[in-house]
Formats: sequence, C-alpha cells, structure tokens
Amino acid sequence: MEQHEAALKHLFKQEFTKMVAVISKLYGLQYIEIAEDIVTETFLLATETWEHKGIPLNPAAWLYTVAKQKAMQYFRRNKIYAEKVMPQLSLQQDEYEEMAELNFSQQNIKDSQLQMLFAICTPAIASEAQIGLALRILCGFGIDEIAEAFLSNKETINKRLFRAKEKLRNEKIQLELPSEREIPRRLDNVLHIIYLLFSEGYYSKTQNEILRKDLCIEAMRLGLMLTEYAKTNLPKTNALVALMCFHASRFNARQAGQETPILYEQQDVTLWDQSLINQGIDFLNLSTQGNEITSYHLEAQIAYWHSFKEDTSEKWESILQLYNQLLLINYSPIVALNRTYALYKANGRHAALIELEKLKLEHNHFYYLLLGELYRTIDHAKAKSNYENAKALAKTQTEKQGIQEKIDQLG
Amino acid sequence: MNKNQANEFVFLFRQPALNLSPEGQGELQKKWMDWVGSIAAQGKLASNGIHLAAEGSVLKAGGIVTDGPFVEIREILGGFIVVKADTMDDAITLAHGCPGIDVGGSVEIRTAFA
Repeated sequence: MEQHEAALKHLFKQEFTKMVAVISKLYGLQYIEIAEDIVTETFLLATETWEHKGIPLNPAAWLYTVAKQKAMQYFRRNKIYAEKVMPQLSLQQDEYEEMAELNFSQQNIKDSQLQMLFAICTPAIASEAQIGLALRILCGFGIDEIAEAFLSNKETINKRLFRAKEKLRNEKIQLELPSEREIPRRLDNVLHIIYLLFSEGYYSKTQNEILRKDLCIEAMRLGLMLTEYAKTNLPKTNALVALMCFHASRFNARQAGQETPILYEQQDVTLWDQSLINQGIDFLNLSTQGNEITSYHLEAQIAYWHSFKEDTSEKWESILQLYNQLLLINYSPIVALNRTYALYKANGRHAALIELEKLKLEHNHFYYLLLGELYRTIDHAKAKSNYENAKALAKTQTEKQGIQEKIDQLG
Repeated sequence: MNKNQANEFVFLFRQPALNLSPEGQGELQKKWMDWVGSIAAQGKLASNGIHLAAEGSVLKAGGIVTDGPFVEIREILGGFIVVKADTMDDAITLAHGCPGIDVGGSVEIRTAFA
C-alpha cells in the first residue's frame, strides 16, 4: 500500500508541473493559481476514483481528460475565456475550437515547461521567492516539502509564493521563450536558479535524505531539459549539467545513512556512481566549445578532478589553478578557503598557513577548522585553540561534537 | 567581490622582455596566478584589470610610429590590476611577492580616484 501511495505521489508530482505549464500556456500566466487549483482538484478526484476502480491503464491520459473538463468548466463559468482570452486571440472559428482545448501532446508539454522555466526565472522576482516558486511550479514540490527544505513554515512559504506570483502578474510576464538574441542573457538567470536548486539539495539544512536527493534530481532534470533544446544548449548549460553530475555521483558515498556527512577524504570510492561521473565527463567535453569560461566551467572542472581519489601533484595543482581563476570571477569566503586547502595539498602546510592567516575570516568556523587542521602536525597548542574557536562558532550540535573529537585526538 | 569599503589602488606591472622556454613561461604564469589568487582569496581584488601583449605601436610627434615588441626598453608595461586596501602601506604589503619583481620587473602602486 505504501509503495502504491509513493507511486501515486511520484506521478502527481511529475504531472503537476506539466499540467500547470500547459494550462497556464493556454489561458495566460496570470491564471497560474487557477491552474494549480484545477490540477489539485484533478488529483483529488483521481485519488477518490482510483481507490474504488483501480488505477487506469494510462493514468496520465486520465488526468489530462479530467483537467481539460475542469478547465473548460472554470473558464466558461467565469466567462474569462469569452471576454478576455478569446478577443486577444483573434483567430478563425475553427482555430478557436482547437485553441479552446488544452493540448497535452508531448511536444506542447515540453514547450510549455521550457517557457515556464524562463518565466519563473525572470530577474523580476527576488531569488529566495524564486527558488520556492521554482520548487512548486517547475518541480511539483508540496508546500510542506518546500517549508522543510528551507527549515521554514508553511505560512512563510505560502506568503513568499504569493508575492512571487503577484510579481509575475504585475510585471505581465508572458509564457514565451525570449528571442534568440535575448536567450544567452536570460539563460544566465535560469542557470543560476537551477544551480541554487541543486545546492539547496546538496548542502541543504534539512536532514531529510529523500527530499535532498529529490531536489538534486529535479535540478538536474531542468538542466537536461535545457540541453535538449538547441538554442539553450550552450557550453555553459553543459558545464552546469557536468557540475551537477560530478557532485551527484558522490551523493551516496557522502551520506551512507549517517547524520554527519562523510567528508570527501573519508569517502568509500566504491560508492561513487561511475555512470554519473562518465556522463559528467561527456557534458564537460561539450562545455569546452566556445570561448566563454563561466564559474560553472571552473566548478565542473574542479569537481572533475575530485572524481580521481588518488592524490597526485597534477590533481591538486590543477585544482589550485582552477580556484585561482574562480576567485577572479566569483569571490566567496568558501571559495577562498577551498583555494587554500588546494594550496595545502599542492604546496604543503607551511605555504598554506601563510596564506590562510591572511584571510582573517574571523566569523567563519570553517576558517578555524582549516587552521586547526593545518597546525595539527606542526603546533598542537595552536591547533587546539583554533579547533576551540571553530567549535564555539559551529552552528549545530553535530558539528560541535565532530570538532570536539578532533580536539580529543590531539591528545 | 566587495568585502568591505576600502580605497582602491592600481598596480602597474613592468618587466623586461624575457626569453623564456615554454616550460619557464608556464612556471612564471603559474606564479602570477598564485599571487593574484592570494589577493583575490583575501577579498582584496577589485578588478583583474587588463593584460597587455608585448607587441604594439607608439605614436610620437610628427606622426612617427614605432612598432614593438619593445625589447630594447628595460621595463615593458605588462598590464594592471586594481586592489582594495585601507592605506598605501597595506597596498604595498599586498604588492610584495609579485613574481614580476623576481625577474627584474617592478610594481608601481598608485591611488585610484573614484
């Protein structure tokens, strides 16, 4: 029974995004909430009906038929179609008939979803609300799941989504692809949102493993969708997909059913997903066409080098140079710390310590953690005081415990 | 790349024309990347600037054009970066370790006006 419920949940999640995209495509993005309601009602009816009669042979087709009827009823009843949508269409009579019906062909579903991706990733919406909206509309996540992913509550998420949809209406965002000339620029924001979705899953605050994995898979699905369409299949798109493949390949090794993540150094290589690594390499090769080097290119190459477990000087020297380049495009304290770690692996503790002391990231517990790590074999007292600083700044109990273990190991 | 509000300084790099093997060139290039990377890691790089090729032309009075590469000039202008620092002294500290200095070049440090 549970398996049965999980299968339905999966089906609804998948179909939700398709159906909302197709309905919004026909009636206009300003009716996106109505589209959500129609789809939700359709799912309710499906659950009730299927409980008695069993799941039909083609459940998706069943859903589409019901959604079509519900949409027609709604828009007829509210005369929205006759008064607002029809006059704007200015079509022949037979075309009216054709247009008035929702088109759930594979091609139209695909087109509508791609257009929805661009619409949701409009720069007009603030990025936190945007990720929420993307999770809801593009990935079919429930409000409760989104709340859990953000460690927030349903009410806050609902408010956030409401504001984002209001913005879509007020800014009169259309469900259409940007012009060919506009695509490379608009694509940047789309890629950024996909990157954030993936990171939200990969580094999520939530302990819910399934949810985290789902987030990553959905982000990858959206990235792959962009590679299937010639105009969005640019080198930077491939770089982002490569990056996600490499990271995802270590997903199982990283967690392995424990609360604390297993750090890269301690991971069991046999748990790395070699087929994802190979896919990552294919996308990485595709990303090298053209002259543009984005942060996705650099991060994908760094992730590629991490797919070799053995420490070689070539590996860490390459990673160091990639971090050097990444810092020029995209400074962040974490990139600065990762760069210094690569420097340690390439040039040794002493060289890295000189650089690390310069960073002065005094509010960052990873900074003290790395200082402690580098002093470990050089100066026990300094290692200890740095670990203690790290422990004091660490945010979770699990992290504090992990650091205490390191202090204890110092002896 | 903003870490905090600070003054901006321009580093102008000059160095003699070097006759390096491809390996030597690669080695020097790597040192430059590590050095700029270190400044960037401190959140103190405001701009990676512009890097100049050794070839070019100089126009002087009377329409006299001299074409490079200017191997006879002791120090060729190689490019610049912009850094963030509180004071000129801090900027000079950042300039230390510049790989150009080790090969007979110099770094000119100038305050940039907003």
